[in-house]
Amino acid sequence: MKKLIANGATTVDSMQKAPGRNWTIMEKLFLGLTPQQYIGQAMRNPLNWIFGIIFAIGIPIILGRFVFGLSWVTHSSNDYAWGLFLGFGLFGMVPLSSSGFQLGTACEVFGRHDLEPIERLGLLNGLLGYFFAVVFLMCDLGQPWRLPYPMVVSFGPAAVLFLVAWHVSTYLSVQIAEVSTSFFEWIGFPAGKRAIKRITLGLTVSGIILSTLHQGALGALFTYAPGKVHPLWYSSSFQWLHFFVSSLPGGLCMVITVSTIASLTMSWRFDKRFKDNLDRITISLAKGASMGLATYLTIKLISIAHDNKWSYFATGWGQWYLVEMMIGVIIPMALFAYAIRNKHMTIIRFSAFLVVIGIFLNRLNTALITFNWKLPYREIPHWREFVISLTVYCIYIVVYRFILYRLPIFYQWRTQEELAPAYVTEREQSLRRAEAIAP
Amino acid sequence: MKRRDFLKGCLISGAAASLGAASKSWAVGSFEGYPDAMGVLVDTTRCIGCRSCEAACNKEQKLPEPDVPFDDQSVFEHKRRPSEMAYTVVNRYEEADSKNPPFRKMQCNHCNEPACLTSCFVNAYTKTKEGAVIYNGKVCVGCRTCMVACPFNMPGYSYSSAFNPLIKKCILCYDTRLKFGKPPACVEICPQEALTFGLRTDLIKLANERIRETPDRYVDHIYGEKEVGGTSWLYLSKSSFEQIGFDTTLGNEPIISNVKEFLGMVPMVLTIWPALFSGIHLLATRNKDHGDDHHNHSEQEDGKK
Repeated sequence: MKKLIANGATTVDSMQKAPGRNWTIMEKLFLGLTPQQYIGQAMRNPLNWIFGIIFAIGIPIILGRFVFGLSWVTHSSNDYAWGLFLGFGLFGMVPLSSSGFQLGTACEVFGRHDLEPIERLGLLNGLLGYFFAVVFLMCDLGQPWRLPYPMVVSFGPAAVLFLVAWHVSTYLSVQIAEVSTSFFEWIGFPAGKRAIKRITLGLTVSGIILSTLHQGALGALFTYAPGKVHPLWYSSSFQWLHFFVSSLPGGLCMVITVSTIASLTMSWRFDKRFKDNLDRITISLAKGASMGLATYLTIKLISIAHDNKWSYFATGWGQWYLVEMMIGVIIPMALFAYAIRNKHMTIIRFSAFLVVIGIFLNRLNTALITFNWKLPYREIPHWREFVISLTVYCIYIVVYRFILYRLPIFYQWRTQEELAPAYVTEREQSLRRAEAIAP
Repeated sequence: MKRRDFLKGCLISGAAASLGAASKSWAVGSFEGYPDAMGVLVDTTRCIGCRSCEAACNKEQKLPEPDVPFDDQSVFEHKRRPSEMAYTVVNRYEEADSKNPPFRKMQCNHCNEPACLTSCFVNAYTKTKEGAVIYNGKVCVGCRTCMVACPFNMPGYSYSSAFNPLIKKCILCYDTRLKFGKPPACVEICPQEALTFGLRTDLIKLANERIRETPDRYVDHIYGEKEVGGTSWLYLSKSSFEQIGFDTTLGNEPIISNVKEFLGMVPMVLTIWPALFSGIHLLATRNKDHGDDHHNHSEQEDGKK
């Protein structure tokens, strides 16, 4: 793509291709390239070939899961009811998607307009993370076609999962509304954008409520299994707080990680505003994340002290717990502290990545690795379970990239008014030229 | 319009969640089972491991033919658990110095406050007044939270079914027997009278009598009388309950008590957050001109409250 731009290809960043001529939808989809150029750049990207191989193996297996049943793809058993799809997919992706409500809150509620260039990335990251968490859920449910049942057919309002189901679905629609502004800009439907703009604050505040509750609720799900989750990862009073608080740095660090990957692979899509502000914003996000991590570490320690679980540190589980805390919390905190002070961007981005890994590790530990710690055997997921998880995650990456390439996330859509002066002057120029030729 | 719809949805779900929380907190600690709930007392000292209860259950519940016939004792080499193939299994627990190793029959214990029921988001489970915990496969989505929640690890799931996988567990022969006042199939067939069917309250008295009459034969505890809020199946044992595979660390609180702290917090968040955050918004954007129309929104938002 960089080469194409260097060779004079234009990118879509406004309604108009040239004065007086709008981009067609097809041209927008092809990023303003010709189909040959587009396919050419896609083929040159080695990552696409890797995705191709993964999809060639993974998608038939996903289809097979719905034909041959769960036992064909998972080792989920009567003792280990949940496997990788939930442990990695649902419990891992939801906390990393808290960026949507956090950046929404910072920009729209707290009036932190300095964070605005990255707000849309935060919102999109939230939407996609939730959406694919639901995709993972669909792979895992025994009868996924019954997913709307808790909304319409049969209610179990005392269950934590009931709350999760309602909140995730309402929050998904909130996020679709929040992200739709960029879609409306891109498609050229300003009325829709204005309508959403008008209800932004309502959407944002609803987002905070829904996020707080269901991030916590995912943790509270494990309070149903006090004897099964290892005591170090379990706390009746703090479980929901652990999940909620850890999702805060998780979401922020996920945004840092995504923006880092994007700046390495698709910086052509950045506009000047994003490029110039990225480092400054990354530092702000990292500051927020460190505060989140500090809070998280504190309540983790308090919960251990609260139930007096120190003796578990002497066991193998305790060492594993310390490994998790080192990777996901303590090392990143130390690195953040050093790097923010010295504005060392590489270290900040690396520690953000560590936090993301730490979140995945924590959720996997809670849901799978230390789950059923009293049972003599551990569940090792089926290889097809790994393949499906990887495939769905790659689909997530491809969709993410597809949207980032097109919608005004990293750049600002240039509106008619902004374009107009240039257009007028050009027309005037051509008129003048015509006048000059005429006599 | 969109926002109104959304807020409406939010209110409904919030109200539902808070209602749920409230009704649960009344129930916790006070509900000790229906007065006429039936139960089964298992005297593990009488069990000889003949597996006829397994066979009777298989026949009554029309379960598939087992891989190993019911008169084969080799199954005791490994510990088994209930599954989609068998709603009840008997395990043998070795003791070094004993010629008569203890056996223990296991199946769904039919809790007074079942964790499966309280964790189910489509209300697929019902605790009937006869004491059985029954399951409605027609609404089950297959999230398997009940399996995670069950402190006894009893529900099985038919993972092999692609189009209609369901939870498979003992329902105390509710449809075919209990509803009509008859004892479950396993109880009726037991040749050793190790299983006694009756009112749960009577069974507790009976168990206490047995312990009092022959204190050498039993440890002084009825497993299931108080565990996780009490269960319809009650157990007597000669050796300690850990030795015959029971989890003795579960405590007497029903599982839902652990979830209460979260459920109790839900209405608070629903109430305080909107006021708090729109308040902060007003303060944060006060006297600032951002060149956008945020102020109008906050006024609207305030008018709503």
